[in-house]
Amino acid sequence: MGLKYMFDVKEDVLVVRLAGELDHHEAEELRDQWKDMLYLNPVKHVILNLEKISFMDSSGLGVVLGRYKEVLQLGGEMVVCSVPPSIKRLFEMSGMFKIIRLEENEEFALETLGVAS
Amino acid sequence: MKNEMHVEFSSVSQNESFARVTVGAFVAQLDPTMEELTEIKTVVSEAVTNAIIHGYNSEPDHKVHISCILHEDGEVEITIRDNGIGIADIDEARQPLFTSKPDLERSGMGFTIIENFMDSVEVISKQGEGTSVHMKKQLTNSKTVYN
Repeated sequence: MGLKYMFDVKEDVLVVRLAGELDHHEAEELRDQWKDMLYLNPVKHVILNLEKISFMDSSGLGVVLGRYKEVLQLGGEMVVCSVPPSIKRLFEMSGMFKIIRLEENEEFALETLGVAS
Repeated sequence: MKNEMHVEFSSVSQNESFARVTVGAFVAQLDPTMEELTEIKTVVSEAVTNAIIHGYNSEPDHKVHISCILHEDGEVEITIRDNGIGIADIDEARQPLFTSKPDLERSGMGFTIIENFMDSVEVISKQGEGTSVHMKKQLTNSKTVYN
């Protein structure tokens, strides 16, 4: 099925919307694009919207952790939203929610980062 | 009725999705729950990715082998094997967050996820000869018993 991704910049927030399957095969290209978006735009925070993700494994967690570290360097925060139950388990198991804030949906996540809708 | 399948494919990352979808389709005949199916696809993805990245150092001209046995009582047995470099210290490799390749942005959670999603996991490895990950999971659905 593969992975589709969409980037959107709202004020100082980079919104990353993923759809499909995120595994090792897809992880490398996503990492490169995501890195570029982080450094080519005047952003500080990242919202990761996983609403349409149907599969993710530890390779996906690796990419998210890598960007989390970069967002910290930028002095920002990473927020994940609309996480499907199966992927929520993966995040819980890995302790991801200890470092990445979970919000119900993108709109609410944007609000918490001070972006008016 | 016991049923089994074996599949062998090139050690390229494109085959990670092929592997989990194939095993998922085979296991589907035991009527697993969606959750069980996701867990099985995830562990196959983890073990195959390990074989490709770590076993074979991402070299594409090797083979990864999967065996899957479905038992009458609803137990699924999966073995994922490579003939790669092997693991020097299996206990260390199974530790959460351990990775031998931090530069590749590995999360180090592969084995931890496998252990969480399966009932039992056995790793047999010999340096220079390869690694075999043997996993078992009992499905909850009792409809799996026929005859």
